[in-house]
Amino acid sequence: MSRVEAALRDLRLADTLAARDTPLARIDARAKVVVTLAFLVAVVSFDRHAVAALLPFALYPAVLAVRGDVPARWLGRKLLIAAPFAVAVGLFNPLLDRAPMLAIGDATLSAGWVSFASILVRFALTVAAALAVVAGTGMHTLCAALGRLGAPRIFTAQLLFLYRYAFVLGGEASRMGTARMLRGGARAPSLAVYGALAGHLLLRAFERAERIHRAMVARGFDGEFRSLRAARWTGADTAFVAGWCGYFAAARAVDIPQGLGRLLTAGIP
Amino acid sequence: MSHPLVEARGLRFAYPDGTPALDGVSFRVHAGESVAVVGANGAGKSTLLLALNGLVTPSAGEARIGEVPVTPATRAQIHRTVGYVFQDADDQLFMATVREDVAFGPLNLGLAAAEVEARVQAALETVGAAHLAGRAPYRLSGGEKRAVAIAGVLAMQPSVLLLDEPSAGLDPASRRRLITLLNSFSHTKLVATHDLDLVLDTCSRVLVMRDGRIEADGTAAAVFSDAALLARCHLEPPLGWRQ
Amino acid sequence: MHMADALLSPAVGATMWATTAVALAASARRVRENGEDRLVPLMGVLGAFVFAAQMINFAIPATGSSGHIGGGLLLSILLGPAAAFVVIASVLSVQALFFADGGLLALGANIFNLGVFPCFLAYPLVYRAIARPGATGARVGVAAVLAAVFGLQLGALGVVMQTVASGISSLPAGPFLWLMLPVHLAIGVVEGLATAALVLFIRRARPDLVERGVASAGKASPIRPLATALALAAAVTGGVLPWFASAQPDGLEWSVERVAGGATVPAPENGVHERLARLQDRVAGMPDYEPPSGARTTGDAPAWPAVNPGKSLAGLVGGFATLLLVTLAALALRHRR
Repeated sequence: MSRVEAALRDLRLADTLAARDTPLARIDARAKVVVTLAFLVAVVSFDRHAVAALLPFALYPAVLAVRGDVPARWLGRKLLIAAPFAVAVGLFNPLLDRAPMLAIGDATLSAGWVSFASILVRFALTVAAALAVVAGTGMHTLCAALGRLGAPRIFTAQLLFLYRYAFVLGGEASRMGTARMLRGGARAPSLAVYGALAGHLLLRAFERAERIHRAMVARGFDGEFRSLRAARWTGADTAFVAGWCGYFAAARAVDIPQGLGRLLTAGIP
Repeated sequence: MSHPLVEARGLRFAYPDGTPALDGVSFRVHAGESVAVVGANGAGKSTLLLALNGLVTPSAGEARIGEVPVTPATRAQIHRTVGYVFQDADDQLFMATVREDVAFGPLNLGLAAAEVEARVQAALETVGAAHLAGRAPYRLSGGEKRAVAIAGVLAMQPSVLLLDEPSAGLDPASRRRLITLLNSFSHTKLVATHDLDLVLDTCSRVLVMRDGRIEADGTAAAVFSDAALLARCHLEPPLGWRQ
Repeated sequence: MHMADALLSPAVGATMWATTAVALAASARRVRENGEDRLVPLMGVLGAFVFAAQMINFAIPATGSSGHIGGGLLLSILLGPAAAFVVIASVLSVQALFFADGGLLALGANIFNLGVFPCFLAYPLVYRAIARPGATGARVGVAAVLAAVFGLQLGALGVVMQTVASGISSLPAGPFLWLMLPVHLAIGVVEGLATAALVLFIRRARPDLVERGVASAGKASPIRPLATALALAAAVTGGVLPWFASAQPDGLEWSVERVAGGATVPAPENGVHERLARLQDRVAGMPDYEPPSGARTTGDAPAWPAVNPGKSLAGLVGGFATLLLVTLAALALRHRR
């Protein structure tokens, strides 16, 4: 099952990226979560025709990517893969909204195209920021941060289990799929075969979960999930939050590119 | 004669679907002994270890660890004294990183953070996996996973170690490291295994199981010399055994 | 099917997140109350199963194409609604975080659409009504298909409402629904068939595993009124009220200006919740409205920017200059090893 393999490879890559010691990884995960949320809210709060005004926000994912040593090609590829829904829906804007809006020389651009461009920019910004943060933060660190920010313990605990065993079950699924394909041809299996294939995978999942529970009990598990070391909040983390939120506030309140453009085109009649 | 550390008396157990697994098992193991439990698949080896640790409850008979009978009520206490290494290390390494996984046991014991970290470090160093501390389990090799699983158990400082097929799936070098490691432990050990050569190298005493019963209980030499016994129990003498 | 941040407005995103957070907290608490926290490893492993199973395709009978399972209904049958919801939430979170499948702000909406509807509505109201314990295979199949279709149609409706209410896309509700509903009808049938196939297989091999869901769902009957109330609340606040906010294409600014008497858009926050709460208050107070129409002319909306060539040029130049500055800054800050 090449899809499973590809997905697992992606997960592994993100995990490997996050495991390195980069400046981004050293920032407390809570700070990163809070700032990213502020970023997302700020970006989507623009009106639908804002395009240039959104661009200063590109600084955040750009800085995250370089400080987290995230490969640009990886980021670009994931952006492309994630694009279809937003692009497909956004494409209706130019079709439905033909009121003229921008004029450069003799050409006019309809509001629909402007709002479509806005959708594309929003998409790039929000997805890039999310990916850059994830690539710079390990899953267990992220879950611990979510827990401390108020997410229910049961949620974060089983999220960690999910992540941990996605590789194991994904590997089993991949091997079963290959074995089936070698005996059944390259077409997708019929519903009956699928029921047996996925059904066996599911049964094995149940049995594995029982064994895991036994292993946990054997090491003294009593229902309470305890963690090793609480991450400490440092001055760098406060500076991170304050600095970026301040920048988002400024960029949201003031249309920086417009002002910059006016400065640069001041001489043009 | 010192008190037995691990004792089983007439253990009986059948799985919910009726499959009998233990059919009256009795033996005594003394402190410091290194005992192998061998037998064909389905003979009851794994079930015996689970019963000794309170992870399955026998329908008849009793198991004791030291003075403490193994019952659902005493399970927590038993788990503090007995360490169990599972057959599939993936079942045991369920935390996100090696360090967190080895710390799981000590944290459940309620130890302070500094003590936990000290134990984690010591356990990882004992098994030679200190360099893997920050690694995620899925990125470990079979031998590394086994080593980390053992470290996770060692960190609880048990007096008895139960190991289920510890050398299964290991390459020769990892297997040799495992044997060296087991020989360095002073814990009381019960090892359920198919690997009769490992038994030769690490265990002084062998329990042979067949159909849920102890068929023989003696030194390795006595057991491996008995061709009829081995045939009856669907076993062969180890490759390293010379008459 | 997954909502994207690019099409979302803060009001809609926040509402959906608030609703989902409440549902998640309530579900987690119910799991703990039922003494099911020992289910946590099982929940995680089943989540991993759903995650892996979503990548295994099977051939859809009588068509040439293939499909895969979504998982919400199957998890509800195996775990009961509350635990299933927590698991679905985590599967969607992993997809959003690592595969950019749906945005992070939109995650609240996605968990709602793909979690609340199957777990708290489709499963108890449709599936369990038709398929009692011990039902024949055919009955299970029918129940699963109907429940899956029901859940997915609601989910599709949710996506449409959230997109239209956000006002970023020009697509009106009607055509959007025409696109989404039939597609998700087909997906629902596929999901139902796959779920039934799995449930029947498990039931034959380990009947005790299928009963688990029934047992905890029985204890979870107080969740049904809670879930229905939540669903209604979300529909009203998420689907109807933000409608007011996007009455005009720049709905948010327009409504803020109207109420605040010409004040500019308030500077964004340190406290996200505070700002969103203020917005919601203003929005709730809006009087008559008109649904947004894509092909409106410039004259109507007061805040619609008139065509201004000078401004356009400045915007373009400034935009490029900004991009240049951002790139230079990023290069300068590159982490030197």
